[in-house]
Amino acid sequence: MSSDSELLGTAEGSRALVRRLSPAKKLIFWPPSPDALLWRIVRPVGMAALFLTAWGLAVRLSHSDLFPTPGNVVRGIFELIEKGLLAKYVVASLFRVTWGFTLALVLGIPFGLILGWYSRAFQAFNPLIQILRPISPIAWIPVAILWFGVSDAAPIFLIFLASVFPVTVSTIAAVQNMQPVYLRAAQNFGLGRWELFHLVIFRASLPQIITGVRIALGVAWLVVVAAEMIAVNSGLGYLIIDARNAGKRYDLVVAGMVMIGLIGLVLDLLVRQLEKLDAVRWGYSK
Amino acid sequence: MSEAAVSVCELGMIFPGKRPGETIPVLENITAEVLPGEFVCFVGPSGCGKSTLLNIIAGFLSPTAGVAFVEGIRVTRPDPRRIFVFQENGVFPWLSVRENISFGLRARTRDEQNEIVARYVEMVGLNGFEDAYPRELSGGMRQRVEIARALAADPDIIYMDEPFGALDFLTRMKMRADLTRIWQAERKTILFVTHDIEEAVQLADRIFVFTQRPATLQKIVNVDLPRPRDLDSPRYLQKRDEIFRLMGMSSRIGESVAVS
Repeated sequence: MSSDSELLGTAEGSRALVRRLSPAKKLIFWPPSPDALLWRIVRPVGMAALFLTAWGLAVRLSHSDLFPTPGNVVRGIFELIEKGLLAKYVVASLFRVTWGFTLALVLGIPFGLILGWYSRAFQAFNPLIQILRPISPIAWIPVAILWFGVSDAAPIFLIFLASVFPVTVSTIAAVQNMQPVYLRAAQNFGLGRWELFHLVIFRASLPQIITGVRIALGVAWLVVVAAEMIAVNSGLGYLIIDARNAGKRYDLVVAGMVMIGLIGLVLDLLVRQLEKLDAVRWGYSK
Repeated sequence: MSEAAVSVCELGMIFPGKRPGETIPVLENITAEVLPGEFVCFVGPSGCGKSTLLNIIAGFLSPTAGVAFVEGIRVTRPDPRRIFVFQENGVFPWLSVRENISFGLRARTRDEQNEIVARYVEMVGLNGFEDAYPRELSGGMRQRVEIARALAADPDIIYMDEPFGALDFLTRMKMRADLTRIWQAERKTILFVTHDIEEAVQLADRIFVFTQRPATLQKIVNVDLPRPRDLDSPRYLQKRDEIFRLMGMSSRIGESVAVS
C-alpha cells in the first residue's frame, strides 16, 4: 500500500501532498522546467522541423517528379524575388484586399450601427442579410466577371462581399448587446443623436466591432486568392494558377501558398494590435 | 417656505407581468416633497420599488399614475441639470478618468474643463489617476469617478441608486464619509436609494421609509443629528433602531419583533 494513503488526513500527510503538488523552487537549472522559455521555443520549432523533414522524406520516397521538397520551395521563393515577381504580386494582392476591405468597413460599420440601433430597420434588413451571408463569395465569381469584366474591380467586389457581412453582423450584435447603463448615462447628459452615436454607441460597441473586423480580414485574404485565380493576371492567386498552367512549376505553386500563409499571419498580428488600444481593451478583460 | 426641489403627487407604477393580463403593482399613491439642498434617503426592503421611484423622478420611466415635478416642472425625460449615479457604475470604460469627468462639460472651453476636472479630482481624492482608465481602478475608485462626473456637470440635484452597494464594508464607510463632506461643501440636493439602514442614518437629513412591494411611503424620519455623525452616540442608535423597527426587524440578531 502506498504510504500516502496511510498518511492521508494527518498533518504530515497533507504536508507531503502539498510538497508533491507544488515542489519548492529549484536552484538547479538543469533539467529545465516544462514551462521554461527554452521549451516554449523548442516545441514549435521542433514540430516545424519535424514537419519539413517528413515532407522532404515523403517526396523523395515517392519519387514524385512534380511535388517539390521544402528546399525546392525556398529556391522557388528566391527565384520569384530575383525576377521581381514576388513583391509585385504581393503588392497587387494587398492592393485589392485594402480596397475591398476598406469599402466593407466604411459601409458595414455605419450600416451595422444603424441596424443595431433602429429595431424597425433591423426587422426590414435582417432576413436579406441572413440569406446573402451564407453564400460563398466564390459563388459570386461569375457574377463579378459579368459586371466588372477581367479587371481589379471584380476581385475588389468579391473581397467587399466577403468582409462586409462579418463586419455588419458583429456591429449589429455589438450595439444590441450594449450595456443599457451607458445609454442611460448618455441620455442623462443630454446628448444629441449624432453625439449619442459617435461618443457612446460606437465607442461602446468598438471592442466587438474590432473582433468582427479581425474575422473579416481573415476571410478577405482567403477570398483574394480565389478571386485572382479567375478574374485577373497578377497577385498571389494568379501566381499559383499561372505556375501550374505554364510548365507545372509546383515549387512556385507551393511558394505562393507559403507566402499567402505568412502574409495572412502578419495581417492577423497587425489587427490584434488594435485590441490592445485603451479605447477597446476594457471589452476583452477577464 | 421655499419651493420644493422635487415633489411627487399620488404617484403609482404598475409593470406588466410575464403572463398576458398579469400586472405587478410596484408603487402606490406616493406623495412627498424634497427641499432644495436636502439629503434624502429612500429606504425599504430589497425589490420594494424605491429604485423605480428614483427612475421616475429622474425621467427614465413614466409613472402609470400621478405626477413627478422637479423645480415645479413636470418630469418627462432625463435632464442634464440632474445627474444620476448608477448602481452598476455608468462610468464609460473607453474614456480616461479625466475624459469621464469632463463628459458633461463639452460646451465649456478647454481651460474651464481642466480647471473643473482638477477641482473634482481633488474633491473625490483621485489625484494622480487622471489618465488612468476605469479598468485599472478599484470598484470604489470607479464610483468616485462617477460621482466626480456628476458633480462636474454642476447639476441642481444628484440621484444616487445604491451607489455603494457593490463595495466592501470599509470602502463603503469611507465613501459615506467622503460623500457627507462633499455634500456639505457643494450643498446639492441628493436623493439616495439604499436598502442599508445604517447607511441612510449616517447620510440623510430625512429618511423616507417604504413598505414591501407595492411600495407606499410608510414614514418620514427626520435625522436631526450633527455631522460628522458619531456612530456610537445614543441618539444615532435610537434613530437607527427606530427604522429597524419600522421595517419589522430588531437591531439584535435573532430577536423577533411583532409587526404592529
